[in-house]
Amino acid sequence: MAIETSINGKAVALSAEPDTPLLWVIREELGLTGTKFGCGIAACGACTVHVNGEPTRSCSVPVSEVAGKSITTIEGLKSADGTLHAVQKAWIAAQVPQCGYCQSGQIMAAVALIEKTGRPSDAQIDAAMTNLCRCGTYPRIRKAIRAATGQAAQAVEGAV
Amino acid sequence: MTDTPIADTAAEAPLKRKGVKRRSFLIGGVAIVGAGLFGISIADSNAAKDAKARITGEGEHSFATWLKISEDDVITIYSPHTDIGQGSNTGLAQMLAEELDAAWEQVRIVSAPAEPSFANVGLGRGFMAEMTGQPAIINGIPQSFLSFIARQMNLQITGGSTALRFTGQMTFQKVGAATRLALMETAAKRLNVPVGELTTQDSRVIHAKSSQSLRYGELAAEAATLSLDNEPKLKDPTQYRLMRQSMQRLDIPFKVDGSVQYGMDFAIPNMRVATIQAAPVRGGKLTSVDTAPALAIKGVEKVIKLDDAVAVVAKGYWPAISGLRALAPSFTDGGHAGISTASIFAAHDALFAKGEADGEAGEGDVQAGLGTKPIEAKYQVPFLHHAMMEPFALTAQYKDGKLEIWGGMQDPLATKMMAVEVSGLDADDVTFHPMIIGGSFGRRLPMYMEIVGQVTKLAMQLPYPVKLIWSREEEVAQGAYRPQSSAVLTASLTDKKRITAFRNDYAQPESAESETVFPYILPAVSRRHFGHVSNQQTGAWRSVNSTQQGFYNESFMDELAHAAGEDPVIFRRNHLKADSRHLRVLDEVAARSGWNTPLPAGRGRGVALVESFKTIVAMVVETSVGEDGMPKVHKVTTVVDAGSIVNPDAAMAQIEGGTIMGLSSAIGEAITLEKGKVQQSNLSDYPLMTMAQSPLVQDIHFLNSGAPMGGIGEPGVPPAAPALANALFAATGKRVRNLPIMTQAKG
Repeated sequence: MAIETSINGKAVALSAEPDTPLLWVIREELGLTGTKFGCGIAACGACTVHVNGEPTRSCSVPVSEVAGKSITTIEGLKSADGTLHAVQKAWIAAQVPQCGYCQSGQIMAAVALIEKTGRPSDAQIDAAMTNLCRCGTYPRIRKAIRAATGQAAQAVEGAV
Repeated sequence: MTDTPIADTAAEAPLKRKGVKRRSFLIGGVAIVGAGLFGISIADSNAAKDAKARITGEGEHSFATWLKISEDDVITIYSPHTDIGQGSNTGLAQMLAEELDAAWEQVRIVSAPAEPSFANVGLGRGFMAEMTGQPAIINGIPQSFLSFIARQMNLQITGGSTALRFTGQMTFQKVGAATRLALMETAAKRLNVPVGELTTQDSRVIHAKSSQSLRYGELAAEAATLSLDNEPKLKDPTQYRLMRQSMQRLDIPFKVDGSVQYGMDFAIPNMRVATIQAAPVRGGKLTSVDTAPALAIKGVEKVIKLDDAVAVVAKGYWPAISGLRALAPSFTDGGHAGISTASIFAAHDALFAKGEADGEAGEGDVQAGLGTKPIEAKYQVPFLHHAMMEPFALTAQYKDGKLEIWGGMQDPLATKMMAVEVSGLDADDVTFHPMIIGGSFGRRLPMYMEIVGQVTKLAMQLPYPVKLIWSREEEVAQGAYRPQSSAVLTASLTDKKRITAFRNDYAQPESAESETVFPYILPAVSRRHFGHVSNQQTGAWRSVNSTQQGFYNESFMDELAHAAGEDPVIFRRNHLKADSRHLRVLDEVAARSGWNTPLPAGRGRGVALVESFKTIVAMVVETSVGEDGMPKVHKVTTVVDAGSIVNPDAAMAQIEGGTIMGLSSAIGEAITLEKGKVQQSNLSDYPLMTMAQSPLVQDIHFLNSGAPMGGIGEPGVPPAAPALANALFAATGKRVRNLPIMTQAKG
């Protein structure tokens, strides 16, 4: 039986086995490869998507659990006319990505954080942005999140 | 039952080999080939002809292999390097476009085809010019492969921080400048004016006197028929418009919207997905496996047994990995069951005790200088894993006698040649399509990337294309790690707080001599290598030997400073040459970090000074210890002298990230062995530094002394661990001699 859900605003009926992680359905059945496989155990966050607006590590969620829910991937962040999301623009302005592989997940986590908090503090950024980046782009991720929310680029130690 | 026994033909792996010989063989090989190879001009006619045939279509014109100008003014540059996120392709484009006076908006840079006509001559020239051993990036190549390189010079490697300083300076700037001259010559003829009256700007040749100008696109066809100047005059840096500017990276827009295609993302019709498990004890072989449990899983199509691994082929990754996990394959241990982290350190100690070094370098009479009561300290560092975020994935298709492979590798041309070797096909029948790489740090060098051979073997026996994906578990367990290494450092001091002699005895597979730069001027110095090889594959890990050697030397310098009762910065100053670059970098970091200013209680500062890849980096780390016993790094101040910088913002990003990788490895990373087998299983027990753990403030400065250009991708890593360890000593009085720090913090 097909699992019905919505991906990036479009209704889809998925034919994958119910235990298949959402990640592999997004990548292999729907061909949306912006969402990445990193570890398979929800440790790295490269596979982060939004499920009903919540940042979710899609490698560890069986597709059966998202039936009837609304999923957004990195491909769904742009507006209909192709304009980049403000967070994506901030990512370019701060020249965040190096290898880039974790950045879809980082951006999805950041967008969810900003939607929830408006202007996240450094402590809120630390608590929410647990996605791993081996290239070490954390300083620029922080800078981009601050810039996207109208805060000074440089964090100051001890500031609240 | 489908249990198939497979004969164990594993020969006992040699547990000891002399690293020095392999290194000198390679350097010797390059040198011998050099005479023939380096005669090739930037416009070598055969290579250029072949390149032209491969990359040009209607209305497109090829210059000196690496450059294509289209009649619509689009300029395409073919890079023999893999941009693994370090921004080197943007830097290379800046260098060529600068000398060409190209309009930046019209410049594109793509991967060069993995073909011999695109072998990296500039890189060869760089190795020639700098015989101090950058080829250490090629550690671990089998002998056959080495001689193959020596014969063919199939260099397309990325590593050793070589892209801009070798390829950029020795080829791309020249190609840009020579092509500009050819375009001007063509314009002069067409406008019937002297070349001397022409200037160039934004992809146009301009004759100001007559207010005429011609587009590069309309000159390209004719200019491409001219022979290019081999040694064109390059611009004076005061004229630069693109170089030394923070041009935005060309690849970044495609990395924020999910559109960039990594090897993991490749797909073609009818493709299957496979995943694999190799012998958990490296060196072991597959003896038997019951394939039925995997074949019972929906979507699984085949189980393929290789000599030392078992692979499951399925309709997608999930059935493939589910199938693999359902199997209980038996492997031999290759005779390596006795190897553990402890046994390797014990073997190092035994070698030190025996005292017969495999190689020694240095100067002066160290034995006499050490006297009878030297200061001694032993340091130990673990195997380190690269842990790039994209696990290995290569797709291969064998069809009509031809093999095609797609994916991301640090040396596309050598990857192709490895597939040629494994498949037994002619080179003309094998194509490798390089793709964007999701991180590498030295891991994706084909000589120790078994997946090339694995995917070739799978594709050769499957009627459809197959994408082989390594699970993260496989990727962690089957690494090409930075070697586990030990060192005993010994020195003596005069009563005037000066070092009389300094000895560094270190044990690991390969000699570190060709890369290690010891900047201090001392009466007697000795570096002795004790070679020890385990069953693990070791390889180049970002900044290679400079990480462990930097940790040893800079930790011990700190210990000596404290033993002498001297401030660590002043103690280092007193052993550096007056007016040297090292001294300037050190003084600058002391000033910028506020070295002498007071700190809140519980905090300490530590300093380290390491040169690697011709770039000098001094770092001051400010740290405290958290309630969990782990270091909390508050601030890092870094001063870098790389001679000159092509793209300041991209260089800054490399130092930021390099520092975090260095701190990450020092604090938490270790691959450990028990019974010959790696104990870590995934990123859950190989902890990488997170946003919350990374320093909130990184203050980075470039000195740009004008010295020959150094590397930038790697030199940020080595000073981080010793600066942190020294800062912890300042904060707590406890000396860190074994990494990672976490192991000791948690008892």
